[in-house]
Amino acid sequence: MAEILEKVKIEEKEPFFGPKEKKLLLDPLMDNNPVTVQILGVCSSLAITSLVYPSIVMAISVTLVTAFSNYFTSLVREYIPKQVRMIVQLVIIATLVTIVELALKALNFPIWKQLSVYIGLIITNCIVMGRLEAYAMANKPWRSFLDGIGNGLGYGAILVIVAIIREILGKGTLFAGSPVEIKIIGNNATYLIDTTTSTMFGWYANNNLMVLPAAALFIIGILIWIHRTINPKLVDIS
Amino acid sequence: MNLMESSNKYIITFIIIMTVVAAVSLAGMREITMSASTKNEEIFNKRSILLTVNEYLGNGLSVTDLSDDQVLKMFNEQVEQVVINQKGEVVPKMLAEKIDLAVEKKKPEGERLLPLFVFKNDKEKFYILSVRGSGLWDEIWGNIAVKSDLNTIAGVTFDHKGETPGLGAEIKDNPAFPGQFVGKQIFRDGEVAILVKKGGSQDKLYEVDGISGATITGDGVSEMLQRGISYYLPYIESIENK
Repeated sequence: MAEILEKVKIEEKEPFFGPKEKKLLLDPLMDNNPVTVQILGVCSSLAITSLVYPSIVMAISVTLVTAFSNYFTSLVREYIPKQVRMIVQLVIIATLVTIVELALKALNFPIWKQLSVYIGLIITNCIVMGRLEAYAMANKPWRSFLDGIGNGLGYGAILVIVAIIREILGKGTLFAGSPVEIKIIGNNATYLIDTTTSTMFGWYANNNLMVLPAAALFIIGILIWIHRTINPKLVDIS
Repeated sequence: MNLMESSNKYIITFIIIMTVVAAVSLAGMREITMSASTKNEEIFNKRSILLTVNEYLGNGLSVTDLSDDQVLKMFNEQVEQVVINQKGEVVPKMLAEKIDLAVEKKKPEGERLLPLFVFKNDKEKFYILSVRGSGLWDEIWGNIAVKSDLNTIAGVTFDHKGETPGLGAEIKDNPAFPGQFVGKQIFRDGEVAILVKKGGSQDKLYEVDGISGATITGDGVSEMLQRGISYYLPYIESIENK
């Protein structure tokens, strides 16, 4: 009898990283993805996914912002006056976004230039404020933090998938602008001189549509379609 | 969510504390990153200036191959910095890299200072002019390298603050657009004649093709070049007359 009681006590103590925490982290990656299921944060997914490298940087920035804004909001959630709830959330988000922007400017200036206004626009990304309202205002800091990481990664995963498709088909390269830039398909610059250096599908001509933001809309649409075909449960949600 | 209606006093105290915390953390972050980002920006701008004379750097070098230190070294050794005013006189004891065209643009016409970078390699001398104007959404700017005949363009770079990616932003992202300017002439009968032409260039000597879907950005580039280069006209005439 005593043994059972003890066991119950341990279970009540909430594990540091139990199944619930795991679910918080993994759920937004698939069945509750902010982009393909909740259709949030589409604006920036259209705008900055023409290259993979900036997309990864953007994904990391958004993940940091969602995670820490969730964490800090959750920390002070019981002290926030009801009347100014939204303003408090906005200040927390805006402060964190500015910190991320300043850090990026100091660490990688060209990427900061390339992402230009979109780093600042993380403030208006619905995912961030959505998670604050839906989760962080009612849950404990550690779980809110994980929820933020999960949602940031869910958004980032879509961003990177879209960017990989767009960059390969639109520019023929992968990770352009980063130190590990590689040519995937299409002609090399040296192809006319030395045909042996041709990469895969040397005849491929870059698809200019893929460079335009409209292409991202098509790809996200197709991703949503695939996602709902795999998991029919999602169809009823929206 | 068990939020209660709070008193005004509580709300004001809360907001003040929150604002102070946010302000202090932002100010602190800015202090920490200030030196690194200023240095990054300097290298970035110098790279963009050297990129206009990319083909003439010597030893088959390209700006993209140069490390940050090499960029600074090359800039120190091969680039002469001159600041001129709109009357064409050299302003002594000033470095062109300290001139911020965004600030100069706010000064009244006639009082603006202009940066001029003179790049020298073994054989030739290039004059690099800086211009700044407006695109569709926000400011655009660029550097133009002119050969020693003071008329033929050796290379240009453009940059922008917030043009539409895939459309207006192509002035920077698509190397073919600045590439069109190479070999074009700037002056016709003593006036700046170079321009971006919507619907394809007619005059091969003075016109470049605009970008589809970016007419206003293209017009902005034309206006920027014509106004910006004409500021340098008095100075250019004064060297030509020497």
